[in-house]
Amino acid sequence: MHNLTIAELIKGLRNKDFTSVELTRHYLDRIKRLDANYNSFVTVTEDIALAQAKAADERLAQGDAPALCGVPIAHKDIFCTDGVRTSCGSKMLDNFVPPYDATVVENYRKAGAVMLGKVNMDEFAMGSSNETSFYGPVKNPWDTNCVPGGSSGGSAAAVAAQLAPGATATDTGGSIRQPASLCGLTGLKPTYGRVSRWGMIAFASSLDQAGPMTRTAEDAAIMLNAMASFDDKDSTCVDEPLCDYTASLNDSLQGLRIGVPKEYFSEGLQPETAERVQAAIKEFEKMGAEIKEISLPHTSLAVPAYYVIAPAECSANLSRFDGVRYGHRCENPKDLNDLYKRSRGEAFGEEVKRRILVGAYALSAGYYDAYYRKAQQVRRLIKQDFVDAFNDVDVIMGPTATAPAFAFGSKGDDPVAMYLEDIYTIATNLAGLPGLSIPCGLVDSKPVGLQLISNFFDEAKLLNAAHQFQQVTDHHQQTAPALD
Amino acid sequence: MEWETVIGLEVHVQLATDTKIFSGASTAFGSAPNTQACAIDLAMPGTLPVPNEKAFRYAIMFGLAIDADIGKRSVFERKNYFYPDLPKGYQTTQLDEPIVGPGHVEIQLSDGSTKSIRIHHAHLEEDAGKSLHEGDFGGMGHGMSGIDLNRAGTPLIEIVSEPDMRNAEEAVTFARKLHSIVSSLGICDGEMSQGSMRFDVNISVRPKGTETLGTRTETKNLNSFKFMEDCIALEVERQIDVLEEGGEIIQETRLYNGDTKVARSMRSKEEANDYRYFPCPDLLPVEIDDDYIEDIRKQLPELPDARQARFVEQYGLSEYDAGILAADAATAQYFETTTEACNDAKLAANWIMGDLSAKLNADEKTINDSPVAATALAGLIVRIKDNTISNKIAKQVFEHMWKGEGEADSIIDAKGLKQMSDTGELEKIVDDVIASKPKEVANYLGEEDPKKRKKMMGAFMGPIMAATKGQANPGMVNQILSKKLNEQG
Amino acid sequence: MMTRLNRLLGNEEKAQISETQVDRSDIEKLAELARIEISESTVDEVAKSITDVLALVDQLQAADTDGIAPMAHPLDATQRLRVDRVSEDNRRDDFQKLAPAAEQGLYLVPKVIE
Repeated sequence: MHNLTIAELIKGLRNKDFTSVELTRHYLDRIKRLDANYNSFVTVTEDIALAQAKAADERLAQGDAPALCGVPIAHKDIFCTDGVRTSCGSKMLDNFVPPYDATVVENYRKAGAVMLGKVNMDEFAMGSSNETSFYGPVKNPWDTNCVPGGSSGGSAAAVAAQLAPGATATDTGGSIRQPASLCGLTGLKPTYGRVSRWGMIAFASSLDQAGPMTRTAEDAAIMLNAMASFDDKDSTCVDEPLCDYTASLNDSLQGLRIGVPKEYFSEGLQPETAERVQAAIKEFEKMGAEIKEISLPHTSLAVPAYYVIAPAECSANLSRFDGVRYGHRCENPKDLNDLYKRSRGEAFGEEVKRRILVGAYALSAGYYDAYYRKAQQVRRLIKQDFVDAFNDVDVIMGPTATAPAFAFGSKGDDPVAMYLEDIYTIATNLAGLPGLSIPCGLVDSKPVGLQLISNFFDEAKLLNAAHQFQQVTDHHQQTAPALD
Repeated sequence: MEWETVIGLEVHVQLATDTKIFSGASTAFGSAPNTQACAIDLAMPGTLPVPNEKAFRYAIMFGLAIDADIGKRSVFERKNYFYPDLPKGYQTTQLDEPIVGPGHVEIQLSDGSTKSIRIHHAHLEEDAGKSLHEGDFGGMGHGMSGIDLNRAGTPLIEIVSEPDMRNAEEAVTFARKLHSIVSSLGICDGEMSQGSMRFDVNISVRPKGTETLGTRTETKNLNSFKFMEDCIALEVERQIDVLEEGGEIIQETRLYNGDTKVARSMRSKEEANDYRYFPCPDLLPVEIDDDYIEDIRKQLPELPDARQARFVEQYGLSEYDAGILAADAATAQYFETTTEACNDAKLAANWIMGDLSAKLNADEKTINDSPVAATALAGLIVRIKDNTISNKIAKQVFEHMWKGEGEADSIIDAKGLKQMSDTGELEKIVDDVIASKPKEVANYLGEEDPKKRKKMMGAFMGPIMAATKGQANPGMVNQILSKKLNEQG
Repeated sequence: MMTRLNRLLGNEEKAQISETQVDRSDIEKLAELARIEISESTVDEVAKSITDVLALVDQLQAADTDGIAPMAHPLDATQRLRVDRVSEDNRRDDFQKLAPAAEQGLYLVPKVIE
């Protein structure tokens, strides 16, 4: 059953090939047997999963089942779940059990999905390797000596190891697409504002966006259908008409205009990865698409701009973790300042502290204009690059990451080396555009990803192109070596 | 050396909305701790703000009332600092693009002059919660403070004036005028004792005749006009003393305790926070269009200045009386209701500014809590006008009404306070008094000067009024007495 | 640092920027602003890594941004406003279950001194 895609599971459940309880037990059993190898789950919600599966089976029997009825999924531990510990990968929230659901969680519950549990992540979604989690690193199912990418490393590993057919994830600078690339999955970051951020613990509010992590583009479309909604609890959520993202999956790509930015094929891209990506773009040409080279001239400024904006926003977003109303509190604080400084000093990891301090620096008196304001100006230039490009092309394609998964500890303790992991993904977050990563081959027996970027709210185009690619190639059917 | 004082005010006004500025939690005053602090107010992880339309509407009403530019585009920023009453670790406020731009407020001073005080801007922001010290909530001897976040997120406008005031009278008059404007607009309940309006006073002094501003201090969180007046006097004196002794004023934030009348330094400029303001990424720019503003303008209630002019015109009141009665909406409403019911504006004005006002002050009540309603006061005034009771008796009746003993008529009846107007009865009393004072009668008759004669009638009036327990109609007594005395001769 | 980013992006010309240095006292100030205890033994290490990050972001200084309006949000959207209607119930007990210290409905903290 774990080889089936979500689309196939939906059919199987409706055909009564298996029940949701059987399916859920199967996945729970796999998690129990296998996850020690990957460390992808932080919390397994067996009782909730079985109760939801039982209820789903009843609805399936009655014939009024919603889209994802009975399909088990995993939630990134950044989404608040009513009554279930939501840690955000941090010691700070190790004891935090929210009394409310994130809108994304609520949407999936309404769509009938079964929650298997909460998956691991970089602490507060800050990282590109899943090495910063309080719950230990997640291992890449393709090579357990390697990282799964981050920050949605738990989501990626769980789906790649077939411990869940799909998972929710979030992407602030590449945190869905880069782990999807490193784990051989389809990962979609929708347009900023397409999916509600309510109940999703904020890292950088103007960049964060939730999306699905699946094995196929079709599954991503099914999951996005349930995930996307207009939510008046999130002021930045956009009231754009929703569509059925599966409806246009089979549209022809004849005449599709694909732009390939020359800046994405620079010296830093590993040659073998570049080859796989180029070969994939050729496949689109075979399907009738037109390929043209384009330029996104401000690409080199995306990472610097991001490492001002994201830390600045996070430095304020994480101030609420102060040991007063919830979360970690130090023992016997001697005064108020001691309470703050020790609670935060003890419970935040190194990377989180670093970003908070960088953000405080960029916003502090005398530096605001040189850093924060400048970064916001550059952000507009970066967005304008894309706006100009989309006058001539429908989809932009290039690599997702510079290379396949790297070994644990290989970036040393140099934060900047890790930051450069997101060099091709960060610009879309700054611009707010949707981006998708799909597997496009193996390098050293490890997957690499092709990134597709479309115009605002044109997720359907991305999913259509990706689905068509997956009809003529089998990269997405390659699976990580089984450990059972 | 002669010194000149320079004062500017920053005024926090709690807006009378039903819910918080960024959440749907109630803003009602006086609930049990933290029962009105929802997930957003508590800054629970993943929660997000959505602004309250009414808060914007109220801020714009204020802007229109002070003839200010309305910010067509306003932006919320985060002001970062750690404090236990600030759950997010930042206050959401406005900085460069506030909802209300420059405006002005006219004040009338006691010497009859007027002055225009410029408003730099007014911005929307959220209030913080409250810290309670152990003694205040009966903690368990652990020496901790308790945090109540019910107030956290209550909408505020912060009104920032230019340093246009030159003494305590101007500052207090300006503060009272703002109180009058916001309560007339109905955008603030004006309850100073509940913290609905709080004043930060910036004070500096400079040698008279110079232009450069001296170093200022800021005294925070004054919540009474009296405290403001006292605090300004104290701080001005302190600054002049320091300067005259060759010292320097340190830019600092100060706290003033109105009960002990003692001020102290809270923090110096060097210790001041670096607030690291930046635009709040959870909120988008608010755009206000002209139709929306015009719609609010049309619905704007009457403002104190216009009302004062109308009271002079419509009721024939003096500027002074009209100014007092028009200052706040509740008093004005009370006056107009009373006047309408008794049909005598002058008497209504006198009673409201006299006996009623004295009683309210003594009992620390607002006119809204007055035990004597406007129509009840009118009932009393009607009885004065129709000679049922004298002015003096009316004061007694009012006392009883204040104690909640009923309407004027029922009290007059129950206590038998009705003015004695029965001619026969009065004539009998006058006869008795005249009979008992032959010496005074003789003196009276011996006097030729009518003026002196009139004066001598006083000797009879006293005993007559005493015999009628003050209920005799003085006019009638006068008439009967002079007739009877003249008959003696 | 910059040369590495430039190489990754095939961008060889060197930007004219002086590298920002962050020292112990800067870290202490930032740690105080952010209320994060940084242990004495790691201050130098933190200073170095933050200097590295700032070297990366100093690349921005080379960009020509004259006349470019800062962009705070990816979409040019404006704020929706909420109707002033009470929508939240009292859930104090649910929330205070999460509190490290609460008493009589109040969150407890070490004595607040103004």
